[in-house]
Amino acid sequence: MRGRDRWATLVIVALVLGAAFPFYRAVAGSLTPEAQLFEGAPLWPSPPVLEHYRALFAEREFWLPIRNSLVVAGATTLFCVTIGSLCAYALARLRFRGKALLLGVILAVSMFPQIAIVSPLFLLLRSVRLIDTYPGLILPYLTFAMPLAVWLLVGYFRQLPAELEEAAMVDGAGRLRAFREVIVPLALPGLAATAILTFVYSWNEFLFALSFTLGPERQTVPVAIALFRGQYQVPWGQVLAAAIVATAPVAALVLVFQRRIVQGLTAGAVKG
Amino acid sequence: MVAPAVVTILLVALFPLTWTVWESLHLHDLRMPWLGQPFVGLENYAEVLRDRRFWGAMGHTLWFAAASVSLELVLGCVLALAMNRTFRGRALVRASILIPWAIPTVVAALVWRFMFEGLEGWLTHDLRAWVPVILSDVWKTTPFVALLLLAGLQGIDPALYEAARIDGASPWRQFRYVTLPLLAPAIMVALIFRTLDAFRVFDLIYVLTGGGPGTATEPIALYTFNTLMHNLRFGYGSALSVLVFLVTFGLALGYIRLLGRGLTDVRS
Repeated sequence: MRGRDRWATLVIVALVLGAAFPFYRAVAGSLTPEAQLFEGAPLWPSPPVLEHYRALFAEREFWLPIRNSLVVAGATTLFCVTIGSLCAYALARLRFRGKALLLGVILAVSMFPQIAIVSPLFLLLRSVRLIDTYPGLILPYLTFAMPLAVWLLVGYFRQLPAELEEAAMVDGAGRLRAFREVIVPLALPGLAATAILTFVYSWNEFLFALSFTLGPERQTVPVAIALFRGQYQVPWGQVLAAAIVATAPVAALVLVFQRRIVQGLTAGAVKG
Repeated sequence: MVAPAVVTILLVALFPLTWTVWESLHLHDLRMPWLGQPFVGLENYAEVLRDRRFWGAMGHTLWFAAASVSLELVLGCVLALAMNRTFRGRALVRASILIPWAIPTVVAALVWRFMFEGLEGWLTHDLRAWVPVILSDVWKTTPFVALLLLAGLQGIDPALYEAARIDGASPWRQFRYVTLPLLAPAIMVALIFRTLDAFRVFDLIYVLTGGGPGTATEPIALYTFNTLMHNLRFGYGSALSVLVFLVTFGLALGYIRLLGRGLTDVRS
């Protein structure tokens, strides 16, 4: 028994170190002077420099894509959690015709390949002049974020006992008021997990952001990093510094809320 | 109450999909606006079937999905079994393997490109270019698979192992006859999610190899994107989109039927 636990620990340590190695390379690279990077990056720079981070904000105006990503991912999350929670509550509690079909459609839409709707979305956004605007990203983002949010929230609402709102409604509260004052406070952890997952997915999205923006004014962080170009070659120091900056917010969210995120991920999939 | 979300989903997802189908039946080239948008029936689809680059991209996508998903399932299973045994530091392990899953795919692809660009002749070789592509996908998504499987493992009654041990079953037989059958639903779910994801791979390859060298690693989503956004052939690109959608839809349906059968097998 003890020997097998040691085996398990070894496997975990090996895999965690393997998972950490690319991060280590990225951090080391972002601190290495450009001249050393050009000759083949050393395992650890001597001395480490912060010039790439400084250049990122002073010369590249990297705060622009960060602002854009915050606006787009933030607004998408807000819409999904507010509108999505009403829909999810109805799906979890009310009985109406076509409910199973509706749930099926929502799941199917969340599995949609994004590429299948790029062409009409582009033509549509172009005809209403929303290419290269915030709404022109937020609206397409709802296509994948809304079904995900509804799907997760239905799972959370189902776990809450129905007697709670029934008691509130017997006391004279309407369905909406019971939802707002009884269910929402109780479902807060679930709402938070949904908000985090929606935010992370929107922050990381690439295909729509690449297709529906034209320049740095509205490009999100992933697009800005992917399109980084130097005059002659890829400016790896700055690219890696940008990668670290782009990773920091999601990594922080994951570390703080890991338990909730895991619950959200596995509940959505396994309990179905 | 349902209306706002349903209207949103219909408006932003199902309506565009119908439009894609409609587009695919027309000649629509944004570079040549004077041609207008004449209705051409199934001509775009006929061209797709003769298009060697399309078949190449399909092949690349299938190969990528098969290679990466099978590696992820095996590694994820090992990781989940190991995590299920140890209790100390589980939270730390979970947090550290979750980070690759949570970071932008673009970032993951860039970091792996950085590591492989230092090595001569990998990204420029038709076959070897797949190594960083598949490795980075395995690196990024094995955590997701492991966590799904871990949730499945935690649902297995420990008394079953107790009984198996008393009956003298070896660790391998315990795994084969207790763990594996009871884990089958979780494995199926992970398989469905991962295959569908792998089938629409875009960001990773766009950044890591750009589909190259040439079109040697170009997946179907990237070919469709190039047709639409670079060549501006909207009619033809839409036909490609519809085919991608149909294949994904078929895969999902097939899997869901399999999953249903798998669940009843376990119960009986």
